[in-house]
Amino acid sequence: MGAGHHHHIYRPGDTVVHRLPPQCKLPAVLGFAVVVVATPREMFAAFAGYALILAGVAAAARVPPWFVLRRMAVELPFVVFALALPVIGLGERVSFAGMSLSLEGLWAAWNILVKATLGVVASILLAATTEPRMLLLGAQRLRVPPLLVQIAMFMLRYMDVILDEMRRMRIARESRGFTARDVRHIPVIARSAGALFIRSYERGERVHLAMLSRGYGGSMPMISDLSASWRQWMLAGLLPVLALLVLGVL
Amino acid sequence: MNAVETPAGETPSLEVSRLAYAYPDGTQALYGVDLRIGRGERVALLGPNGAGKTTLVMHLNGILTAGHGTVSVAGLPVRPGTLKEIRRRVGLVFQDPDDQLFMPTVREDVAFGPANLGMRGDELARRVEDALARVGMLEAIDRPPHHLSFGQRRRVAVATVLAMEPEILVLDEPSSNLDPASRRELAEILRSLEVTVLMVTHDLPYAMELCERSLILSGGVIAADGPTRELLADPALLAEHRLELPYGFAVPAPGVPGV
Amino acid sequence: MHVPDGFFNAVVSVSAGAVAAAGVAVCLRGARRELDDRTAPMAGLVAAFVFAVQMLNFPVAAGTSGHLMGGALAAVLVGPYTAVLCVAVVLAVQGFFFADGGLTALGVNITIMGIVTAVVGWAVFRLIARFAGGSRGGLAAAAFAGALVSVPAAALVFTLLFWIGGNAPIAVADVALAMGGVHLLIGIGEGLITALTVSTVLAVRPDLVFGARGLKRSLVLRGADGATEQVPAQAPRQAAPGRPGRFVLGGIAVTALLAGIVSFYASSSPDGLERVAQDTGFGVVATDHQLVGQPLADYGEAGGIPVGVAGLIGVAVTLAVGGGLFFAVRRRAGETRESVGA
Repeated sequence: MGAGHHHHIYRPGDTVVHRLPPQCKLPAVLGFAVVVVATPREMFAAFAGYALILAGVAAAARVPPWFVLRRMAVELPFVVFALALPVIGLGERVSFAGMSLSLEGLWAAWNILVKATLGVVASILLAATTEPRMLLLGAQRLRVPPLLVQIAMFMLRYMDVILDEMRRMRIARESRGFTARDVRHIPVIARSAGALFIRSYERGERVHLAMLSRGYGGSMPMISDLSASWRQWMLAGLLPVLALLVLGVL
Repeated sequence: MNAVETPAGETPSLEVSRLAYAYPDGTQALYGVDLRIGRGERVALLGPNGAGKTTLVMHLNGILTAGHGTVSVAGLPVRPGTLKEIRRRVGLVFQDPDDQLFMPTVREDVAFGPANLGMRGDELARRVEDALARVGMLEAIDRPPHHLSFGQRRRVAVATVLAMEPEILVLDEPSSNLDPASRRELAEILRSLEVTVLMVTHDLPYAMELCERSLILSGGVIAADGPTRELLADPALLAEHRLELPYGFAVPAPGVPGV
Repeated sequence: MHVPDGFFNAVVSVSAGAVAAAGVAVCLRGARRELDDRTAPMAGLVAAFVFAVQMLNFPVAAGTSGHLMGGALAAVLVGPYTAVLCVAVVLAVQGFFFADGGLTALGVNITIMGIVTAVVGWAVFRLIARFAGGSRGGLAAAAFAGALVSVPAAALVFTLLFWIGGNAPIAVADVALAMGGVHLLIGIGEGLITALTVSTVLAVRPDLVFGARGLKRSLVLRGADGATEQVPAQAPRQAAPGRPGRFVLGGIAVTALLAGIVSFYASSSPDGLERVAQDTGFGVVATDHQLVGQPLADYGEAGGIPVGVAGLIGVAVTLAVGGGLFFAVRRRAGETRESVGA
């Protein structure tokens, strides 16, 4: 997993993309990703079209390119994998810059890279323009099972608390000269993990007791109104529909 | 035990019988607690640290499940099927208001309880404002809780519970960490509320000021039950249960009208 | 192992999505009984914990490191249904909130890292715990075994999916061998960390450990006169007897779905199989960390493994999981009967 991907991606703003209700944005991005994945790898122009659509969304949301590029680091491990494919792939080989590359491998690398990139940019734009709490409310609106939404809610509520605990424990370990180098150090890390589990749990437990005492019965009360007009649905629907048009025309 | 009997036939606000509990690590905290609190009473539950006060409180709204015995609130026994109604009836105010105020603003926090009861819209807004007005914190409605003083936070914590219109208000160490002015303000608020109150504390003057009747919880059982004035005037009893009046504090002579 | 968009073809992505949805639906049904209102936030906390702990890299062997998947750990701590939900939520949050892992690959990711690790980990844990007894050491040993097996099992299912519809021209047997081998190593680390974590939690808060439920002591009642009396603790609410049956039914449904996809795709796309038949070339390790600085040529000798081996391993794993579940179910059903009879 890429380093630092626990940082929140959300960028507060008041653009048309930010204002779209989350229950419209979620299916739109999913639909777009499905269209991208289903596109045959030979259709270069279609992929260019998808990239233009995403650039349009980013511009409308005022999300700067450097922001997106920096967040794309999460993709890196698979970029390495994709780049290895032409070298290790099977089948017919071509010679390029003195290297013997698999033609099939090149196609595979292109296919994975372009689809993964478009997918990750779409996800980044969704996360950058939607507050995590709103994304959860949107999921609830879309009839995602409430139990899942709650688990995600608690996860987001305590994630920073736990990461902070973990960071402090690491600093404590390192300030006493410990760095994990080989297998013999696993017990130390594991005991930290155990302590982390208990600490985090007991910290959250106190807040949870307070929630229970006020009648928390399994779902967070939805106080804010999250209705979406048909115009907002249409606007969000533009993303997958445009992608489909690109796929159909090109 | 010289229990103060509630009139027969009337359902008490709170009834605990033979309650025993051991923590998962094996430590037993309660060894058969019996108590009865009538409607409208204000009762102090006194006891030294480690007497099992907090453990008992956690049983009153079913956060802990009795290892043995029963708890019932206004006649309704605490069991898995009744937890929702029990938690509406028992308003628990935690010792640390920061544990209790977990929402971004005072308004959302006070709304959390009644919204869980299904309240929405104008009715919910009215309930929130009313609860905040009762503790004198209405002007803080849109502020984040962590910007309030400790005393204000405790009053908001009381409001979060009042918003659910509980049968009995249970306060865990309500006077802890309060400066004298906040302490007095909270006492005035508590006295003005028309609900049954169970106040868990080892602050004996505060108990005397607010509660006519006190229970002493010691060693996991109710060791004494009677008028606060009488209990606090018995130095041997207090010493036996590691309770002490502050230096210079004298119990007003019996016969003087109570507060 | 967070698979991005485009790694698997659309058919596998969508089918795995259906499998994951079915699995999560089964777990939601099961978890509603496991999760009273006390454990719902606990699942959220376990999810947050799994999320944090997945960032904890541990050294495996010279130069390589792995990270905890946490499926087996979550299964032991909060039970298999809840564990699947936890890991599924972690993956969904990573996908939607952090753009980590493709949205269309969410189904693949949940199937592999949630369902497979939790189900295999739990089944093995129960089997071993049965023989090792209820002591802290026994439970830790069982947790070790469960986590150890869960990781290569996930790697093999990944290989199986890759065989069905991977978008890369690599010999599947090599993938199976490389993935299985490296993940066996990672599994040891996962097992150690899981066992020690479970053991640490058992020492301090045994009530938090789902896999250690049913250990209760008797209570003492003390009267006002000082007389004492021993009473047994009132039994905690037990799971309904029908529960494991549903779990197995759900498992069978998921397996059937998978099998259906395999046969559908195998028949409609012979070139996928043809490609597999060319068993020359190099294996590759498709995990996050191993690629960098790992001599890929080391796996060059892996060629020559018969084509069907990966499939056979898949079948063997399926049988092992099914058998484990069968025993676990029979044992629980037996327990229920005994307690009713007593």
